[in-house]
Amino acid sequence: MAQKRLGTQTIKLSSPPSIISAYSIVGPKEGEGPLGKYFDTIIEDEFWGEQTWEKSETKIARECVANCISKVKLSYEDINYLLAGDLINQCTPSAFGNRDTNIPFLGLFGACSTFVEGISIGSMLIDGGFADNLVCATSSHFCSAEKQFRFPLELGNQRPPSSQWTVTGSGSVMLSSSGTGPYITTITTGKMVDMGIKDANNMGAAMAPAAADTMYMHFKETGRAPSYYDLILTGDLGYIGKSIVVDLMESRGYNIRSNYNDCGILIFDKEKQDTHSGGSGCACCATTFCGYIYNQLQAKKLKRVLLIATGALMSPTTAQQKESIPGIAHAISIEI
Amino acid sequence: MRKIETKKDYQKYVDEKTPNSPIGKNILKAFIVGGIICLIGQWISDGLRAMDLDDKTVSSVTSISLIFIGIFLTAINVYNRIGKFAGAGSIVPITGFANSIASPAIEFKSEGLVLGVGAKLFQIAGPVLVYGISTSIVLGIIYYFVSTAG
Repeated sequence: MAQKRLGTQTIKLSSPPSIISAYSIVGPKEGEGPLGKYFDTIIEDEFWGEQTWEKSETKIARECVANCISKVKLSYEDINYLLAGDLINQCTPSAFGNRDTNIPFLGLFGACSTFVEGISIGSMLIDGGFADNLVCATSSHFCSAEKQFRFPLELGNQRPPSSQWTVTGSGSVMLSSSGTGPYITTITTGKMVDMGIKDANNMGAAMAPAAADTMYMHFKETGRAPSYYDLILTGDLGYIGKSIVVDLMESRGYNIRSNYNDCGILIFDKEKQDTHSGGSGCACCATTFCGYIYNQLQAKKLKRVLLIATGALMSPTTAQQKESIPGIAHAISIEI
Repeated sequence: MRKIETKKDYQKYVDEKTPNSPIGKNILKAFIVGGIICLIGQWISDGLRAMDLDDKTVSSVTSISLIFIGIFLTAINVYNRIGKFAGAGSIVPITGFANSIASPAIEFKSEGLVLGVGAKLFQIAGPVLVYGISTSIVLGIIYYFVSTAG
C-alpha cells in the first residue's frame, strides 16, 4: 500500500499544509444570520451591482479569491493552483470569475462537497511537493440556484418543511507548504452512497447516508474516536439530515451527539429567517468554515475539527426523470 | 434505533423523520386568501355592472383587471410573498395564472427576448394550458356525440 494511506479511503499527510488565509463573502440574509459578524464581506443586495444573478455570483467568486490572496499580501503569480467549483451549469462562476487571474486552474464539481474536495486535492498537491501556495474556493447563490434548480423567484409558491435555503456567498482558503497552522492532517475521500431518495426537496436525507459512511470510515481507518475532535461539522445536511446522521452513527456504535453540528444549521436562524430545514449550497460549508470556524481555530477555541462537506450529485434533468440522488461526503481533519 | 438494511427501510425511516406540511393550516389560509381574491373580483364586476355595461364586457374587464393586479404585484415583488402564505389560495385564481407567466418573464429576461422571455414564458403555465385545452377538446367531442345522439 502507498506509504501515506491509512486504509481504503483515508490518507495521512506527512508534511501537512497550513491554511494561511481564509476569506468569506456572503449575501444580506446570511449577514443577518447568527454568524453574521464572522464574515469578511456582506454584500448589500443579491445583485451586487451586476445585471444578472449569474454575473453576481461570478463577481462574488472573483472577489473572494482576490481578497483571500491579498489578505496575506501575496499576488496571483504566487499561487500555483486554483481549485474551484460551484453549482451552476459547467461551473461558470468559478471559471468566469477567475479567467483573468492567470492562475493554473482546476475546475471541480462535487456539488456541495466541492469545498472539501478542493482542499483534499490541494493538500495532496502540497504534500506531494507539487505546490507551495494554492487556493481552494467555492461559491453558490440563492437566486441563480433557484433559477436553475427550481422556479423563478417571483413565482408565488410554498416550500415544503424539508426544503433548504441555498446560501449566497463564497469561501476561499489558501493552503501553503509553509505556515504555522491550522494544518490539514488527514483526508477521508468519500464514496458515492445512494439510498434511493428521489425527492429533490429533501437533500438532507439524500446526503446523510454518505456523510455517515465517510464519518464511520474516518473513525475506523484513523483509529480515532469522535471525542478526539472538538467539533465534527457536516456541510449542509440541515436539521433532518443531521438527525439522520446521529441515528446512523449510533446504529454503528458511535455517539456523536455532544460535538456534532451542521453548517446549514449554524448559518441561519430557522425561526426568524424562515429557512425551513437549514442552509445548503457550496457556500454553506465554505463560508461557515472561512468565516466562523477559521476564526475559532485561530483563537484556539477549537483545536481539532473534522469538516465533512456533503453533496447531492443530481441535476434538474435527473430529478425530472425520477432518478434517485447519489450522495457524496468528503472529510478533512484540521488541527492546530 | 432499528437497523436500516435496505433502501426500502431507509425510505420508510426518512418518511417518518421528515415533517409534513401543515395541511390543515395551509387549507385554511388558502381558503381565506383565495376567497378575498374572488371577493375583489366580485367587487370589480359589481362596480362595472353599476356602470350599465353588458355581461360580456363585465366578465372580460373583470378578468383583465385581475390579471393586471396579479402581474403588477408580481413585478413589485409582492405576489411571491402572498403565494408563500396562501399556497393554492393565490395559485388557483386568475391572478396566480398571471403570476406564473410574469415571473418567468422577469427571471429569463437576462437570456434575451427570444430565447429567454419567448421560450420560457410558459415554463410553468404551459402544462396547465396543454392539459386544460386537451381536456376541453375531449369533453367537447363527448358533448357533441351525446347531444347529437340525444
